[in-house]
Amino acid sequence: MNFIRKYYYGDIPEDKAGEMSEASKELTKTDWPLWEIFIRSKQGLDHKHAGSLHAADAQMAIENARDVYTRRMEGVSIWVVESRYIHASNPEEAGSLYEPANDKVYRHPTFYDLPDEVNHM
Amino acid sequence: MPSITTEDLFQQKIDSEIKIEPKDWMPEAYRKTNVRQISQHAHSEIVGMLPEGNWISRAPSLKRKAILLAKVQDEAGHGLYLYCAAETLGMSREEMINDLHSGKAKYSSIFNYPTLTWADMGAIGWLVDGAAILNQVMLCRTSYGPYARAMVRICKEESFHQRQGFESLLILSRGTPEQKAMCQDAINRWWWPSLMMFGPKDSESTNSDQSMKWKIKRKTNDELRQNFVDMCVEQIKILGMKLPDPSLKWNEKTGHYDFGEIDWNEFWNVVKGNGPCNKQRLDARKKAWNEGEWVRKAAAAYAEKKTGKQKAA
Repeated sequence: MNFIRKYYYGDIPEDKAGEMSEASKELTKTDWPLWEIFIRSKQGLDHKHAGSLHAADAQMAIENARDVYTRRMEGVSIWVVESRYIHASNPEEAGSLYEPANDKVYRHPTFYDLPDEVNHM
Repeated sequence: MPSITTEDLFQQKIDSEIKIEPKDWMPEAYRKTNVRQISQHAHSEIVGMLPEGNWISRAPSLKRKAILLAKVQDEAGHGLYLYCAAETLGMSREEMINDLHSGKAKYSSIFNYPTLTWADMGAIGWLVDGAAILNQVMLCRTSYGPYARAMVRICKEESFHQRQGFESLLILSRGTPEQKAMCQDAINRWWWPSLMMFGPKDSESTNSDQSMKWKIKRKTNDELRQNFVDMCVEQIKILGMKLPDPSLKWNEKTGHYDFGEIDWNEFWNVVKGNGPCNKQRLDARKKAWNEGEWVRKAAAAYAEKKTGKQKAA
């Protein structure tokens, strides 16, 4: 697809960026593994996905997560999981995956009409 | 009737404000634009630590030193949020770092200007972070989910950056004649580069604008720049200082302040690598990366050894 775009702050296009100062290096594939970070913000609440980061091992992932995601007391507990162990549903199958719930309105309390005299049920 | 393509479906999602997530189908150009923009945004956060790092050991008080340290640490964090967002699009961290070091990937040109006095820390907070915030607030609603979420997190933290800068200038502006002069001088030097941060004028391109159509961006460069000028004209009154632009004038008709012409030659020159500090900044990044190599290797070796032990046990 061809189009012409505007140049935005934070988005300097390659053709206007001048010469490269040196050739790109060969990649050595030495990135530390990626970890997904889950933070419990307050005692009594669920851990919630906060983001991800790289670390050599679980201990380092927890320490890095503290520095990256809880600089302002956002957490009281941290879970870390290596990203490659996360299995995800396929967005392309979302239609059929969630289809069984579509026609079951009777699972919701609002499906039932009750007389006004029945308060708070 | 023409059949609906995946591309049409994608656009329909965008139009109905449904966020795009990493595993969703997206046009290759959408992916590429996002990778470039997010990674360059990340590089800007990381390189942006350098002009301020220069003043951590020279801060005038322990309080200011602690504030500056916290701000610089935030910037490292913001860089990391953004790198991770870019990685969800399939580019490795190593590739991004390589592109920064080779000069292929850019970062905001503002960080290629030197920080000559302490007042520059205030001016950067007020003007540079102020300009960045306008851009970032808009990006909280960008169409790519991980980018939008990173921006929400960043915006929450960024407002302290701007406020501490303004407060620091306010104190100088009420100080001795020397402090006042230093304050004005910093504003003079940072004003025009800050206006350049919003990028070239909208009129540079007359064609349809894909980034707006895809809702990666929601406001044009000129719109954001005008917001910024209108904001600063009011705020500088509180400082009792002057913005270095004789053409600044209220325009009754537009309801905005008119301002003078930006030196676009200077803008493209700095982008292309000829700004006052381009070389120094990149050299500092490369040095940090190279000198950290043994740490990265040692940590990887240690982790490997530990897994080996667990398996043996």
